[in-house]
Amino acid sequence: MNWTLALPEIALAVSGMAILLFGVLRKEESGFLASMLAIGALLLAGVLMTATGAGHAYDGQFVVDPFSVALKLLILAGAILGVALSVDYNRAEGIGRFEFPVLIVMATVGMMVMVSAANLMTLYLGLELQSLSIYVLAAFARENLRSAEAGLKYFVLGALASGLLLYGMTLVYGFTGTMDFARIATGLADPMQVSAGLIVGVVFILAGLAFKISAVPFHMWTPDVYEGAPTPVTAFLSTAPKVAAMGLLLRVMIGPFGHLLAQWQGLVVLVSIASMLLGALGAIGQRNIKRLMAYSSIGHMGYALIGLAAGTVSGVRGVLVYLAVYIFMSAGAFAVILAMRRGGRAVEGIADLAGLGRSDPALAMLMSVFMFSMAGIPPLSGFFGKLYVFLAAVQSGMWTLAIIGVLTSVVGAYYYVRIIKVMYFDAGETGFAVRPATLSIVAAGSGLVTLLFALFAAPVVAMAEAAARALLG
Amino acid sequence: MLPVSLGHYLAVSAVLLVLGVFGIFLNRKNVIVILMSIELILLAVNLNLVAFSATLGDLAGQIFAMFVLTVAAAEAAIGLAIVVVYFRNRGSIEVEDVTLMKG
Repeated sequence: MNWTLALPEIALAVSGMAILLFGVLRKEESGFLASMLAIGALLLAGVLMTATGAGHAYDGQFVVDPFSVALKLLILAGAILGVALSVDYNRAEGIGRFEFPVLIVMATVGMMVMVSAANLMTLYLGLELQSLSIYVLAAFARENLRSAEAGLKYFVLGALASGLLLYGMTLVYGFTGTMDFARIATGLADPMQVSAGLIVGVVFILAGLAFKISAVPFHMWTPDVYEGAPTPVTAFLSTAPKVAAMGLLLRVMIGPFGHLLAQWQGLVVLVSIASMLLGALGAIGQRNIKRLMAYSSIGHMGYALIGLAAGTVSGVRGVLVYLAVYIFMSAGAFAVILAMRRGGRAVEGIADLAGLGRSDPALAMLMSVFMFSMAGIPPLSGFFGKLYVFLAAVQSGMWTLAIIGVLTSVVGAYYYVRIIKVMYFDAGETGFAVRPATLSIVAAGSGLVTLLFALFAAPVVAMAEAAARALLG
Repeated sequence: MLPVSLGHYLAVSAVLLVLGVFGIFLNRKNVIVILMSIELILLAVNLNLVAFSATLGDLAGQIFAMFVLTVAAAEAAIGLAIVVVYFRNRGSIEVEDVTLMKG
């Protein structure tokens, strides 16, 4: 029993509760201090993670391998960016309460447990800790009807998805006789063991997790929740939870159900194609930039799913590179969206960006970098993300998938480039209010990562490759 | 007398699951009914777990059922809290009124 393997999670959970106590006992407003403490706790977890070894713990229910370490680093990065983006917005909107960073820390603990799950029970508890925290975050602006509605919709559909996932897990447990991923995998190595009930269970699990990554046909909640939730929550939603859910999907599908590849591959291909198409077409008519980002994230998850559909080492590597690239593009784009304030109010229309090229050239330049990168223009990071998943698809002989991917990214480029056109060529109102330093730092940092990804692509790809090899054993 | 076998438990649980899912999608009245439907789904899951656990002679399923009960309690608390927040802003919890954002 090697409990120290979970030390980062334990430390993060304890610090989360300590910050909660601190906030409760301190009488005055402590949102800013709590956020700084939360960033400290997340950094501490990252440091502890480099110190812990690898292996199984807690009777084989918890696993630390290069795959989980890579994902946890991304999750922590996403959470830190999320907290950093929230500080000034929350204060300006009057929701700068200390519970916000505490909920993000708790959601992060859940996500870290998710990607380290080696047992159906661990998987479920991690997933629920993450989901329950995010339901509350979505409804965090409790004076605001749109936020309350977003929370309600996310809760109802999220609870339904968790229920379906859970039902699938019970079927898998019943028909294989175990909850342990490794033992499920050994059991399924024998094709005689595969029963109809088990396949139904796997499909339910796939559906539940597809909801969490907002893949078509389980995407209905995404545009509404993205639009209604407070913008920092939307920014957080589109980074760390996506990484965690995609990581979990990879671990479950390739780990215990790896021998069923032939059965689930077709489904994943369908979901991937549908997500890419909807992401590209749904975004075209949008006026609200948060809604546009929702469709964009649906599309991006479709691209990432190409790697899962390939089901090979290079496929998993492609997904990991894609996720790494995606969280920085997305966090940067949301930093720009958060900077869109005029007359003390946040504005969210795409038309509000008009004239930004003249009123704030630096911000417009950064937004162009993120938009070009999301469209997949080389040499920005988004191009490399797409390159590695398409490469994996081609290597596995899935030409259709790769071709549809390329075509939808051309369609997608239309609305990304439209934003750039609005910023530089449309006559607009006066500029936005002076932006806080945190937004500039996050936007500039993410912009640098996006712009210069080509320079340090090699170590990232090598790390993703090691993680993929660990997963496929 | 007909002995109750695993198949019977699974059938009841499948019926409960379908009732729960339909309760969410066909319900046009009240958000509280949706919360009840979610509980129904979790009950179906628990029934499955306990039935499988008894048949397999493996305690893990029953322990999992305990965890599911605990999480269900937390989920209900959060769900009701969100419904209260929504009611304070909207003055109604009719499902048909949850349509501020569309498209």
